[in-house]
Amino acid sequence: MPMTITEKILALHAGVDEVSPGDLIEVKVDMALANDVTAPLAIETFEKIGTKKVFDNEKIALVADHFVPNKDIPSAQQVKLMRNFARQYEIKHYFEGGESGIEHVILPEKGIVLPGQVIIGADSHTCTYGALGAFSSGVGSTDLGAVMATGEIWLKVPPTIRVEYNGSLPPNVVGKDLILYTIGLLGVEGALYCTLEFAGEVIEKLPMSQRFTMANMAVEAGGKNGIIEPDEITLAYVAERSSSEFITLKGDPDAKYEKIVNIVVDKIEPQIAFPHSPANVRPVSEAGHIQLDQVFIGSCTNGRLEDLRDAASILKGRKVARGLRLIVIPGSPWIYKKAIQAGIIEALLDAGAVIGPPCCGPCLGGHMGVLAEGEKALSTTNRNFIGRMGHPESEVYLSNPLIAAASAVLGRIGAPDEL
Amino acid sequence: MELQGKVWKFGDNIDTDLIIPARYLNVSDGSELAKHCFIDIRPDFAKDVSSGDILVAGRNFGCGSSREHAPLAIREAGISVIIAKSFARIFYRNAFNIGLPLLESEEAAEGILEGEQVAVNLASGECKNIDSGKIYTARPIPDFMRQLIKAGGLVDYIRRGEKK
Repeated sequence: MPMTITEKILALHAGVDEVSPGDLIEVKVDMALANDVTAPLAIETFEKIGTKKVFDNEKIALVADHFVPNKDIPSAQQVKLMRNFARQYEIKHYFEGGESGIEHVILPEKGIVLPGQVIIGADSHTCTYGALGAFSSGVGSTDLGAVMATGEIWLKVPPTIRVEYNGSLPPNVVGKDLILYTIGLLGVEGALYCTLEFAGEVIEKLPMSQRFTMANMAVEAGGKNGIIEPDEITLAYVAERSSSEFITLKGDPDAKYEKIVNIVVDKIEPQIAFPHSPANVRPVSEAGHIQLDQVFIGSCTNGRLEDLRDAASILKGRKVARGLRLIVIPGSPWIYKKAIQAGIIEALLDAGAVIGPPCCGPCLGGHMGVLAEGEKALSTTNRNFIGRMGHPESEVYLSNPLIAAASAVLGRIGAPDEL
Repeated sequence: MELQGKVWKFGDNIDTDLIIPARYLNVSDGSELAKHCFIDIRPDFAKDVSSGDILVAGRNFGCGSSREHAPLAIREAGISVIIAKSFARIFYRNAFNIGLPLLESEEAAEGILEGEQVAVNLASGECKNIDSGKIYTARPIPDFMRQLIKAGGLVDYIRRGEKK
């Protein structure tokens, strides 16, 4: 029976010849991950299950990224709990301090997640790794604790919505705009329980950083996972980062899809998601005058080197608008260092940016840029629900890094061609 | 299993940041989290909710983050069951994993109003509006999920050896 790439990966890991949407299966997990906010409950679950050892100490990743460098005493206690667990069970992939960055940035960067794998994470943006051609999905802490104990998880095979992007990308339109546009089309539950498979000539030419951006936001349309078939671009990326074995699976040409959506990109503009939903999108030319108090460039969505480079290309030689705070957070120590070497950090500093240590920062209203009552921020993050970045009476708009950089200079939402 | 309680009504797309804002995620204790449940949209909820109350909501309840703190805060606040038109998938899994049952029913979510008394039978999916007398039947909970609730959540389900 012809299968999609997601179905093939799941069948392989369930030890069966084939699966169909709706099947309840139990799959073996290649990598299980949690962060400082989700690990404590996962550890509690693990202890309660009582296996006294993890299923494989090389197949678990624990990353301190949400409320670090330790935000306050309770957060410090949570990190300590995770650290002690990592030491006790000799978890190979434990990251904190100068080795740590945003989980969904550092795991692919370090070659820890690979094509063809099943990756389960206690974080909704675990879907990011689908960009590598893996099945990767977010779950809660109890599920993750159970995976740490057993190495397996039960799943319902999702139907696949295939989105094909064709045509030529206009200037300043990047992966972030494609996914925002798509979420605008589908709505926040348009892909509920489904796989969002991204394909088409535009995707085939898309660099890895933009593929990660797209897969990252599959969850915002309700998706179980986002996925892009591995190709030469994927293999080149992986080859530089891992010498481990992996499999590349591709969907059958006659596989069955729940729905096929065709998007011609030629007329798409950079997108802005307005408060308070990632699906509330409109082209930047229709944004109107939105005065901003803060711009944040970073996060697991757009905190990679290419994103910082894009931002610096706009900000170099320019200054951030008076009264506006620009915060830039590189997604990992490696990215931070490369950005310094490339003159990106200097350009950002000269423009008036605040540079933060690699972490999630203000994305979820934790620290490093929380908003006050009535403030408006534009960010390259993935969510803008009420109170997402701070006070419930604040507003968050979402965009790509180029628009964010231009807006930081303009002091309001705008595009590079307005500079 | 029969549950009865007073209804707290919410709209569509109630996301996890509304259920429990991230600024409270520096703890994982359920009773502590419950104190801040819905604090940004219904500041009165935490202090006025009673054990056994029932939550009724629209589409895509629990969308957003994977934070298990969300269903945990709701459960610890005293809510015994959530009836909604639809649920976001991670929230759905999380709720059942911690023993908080969920029911999906468009009509029930539409017809039941704030403050009404509702009786719910989890096995049959029947929701009876005590005030109006109307009876709605929710989508049956998948067999496996019912077993999770019966066991009290995923941990107990695993420990009982039903999972290998």
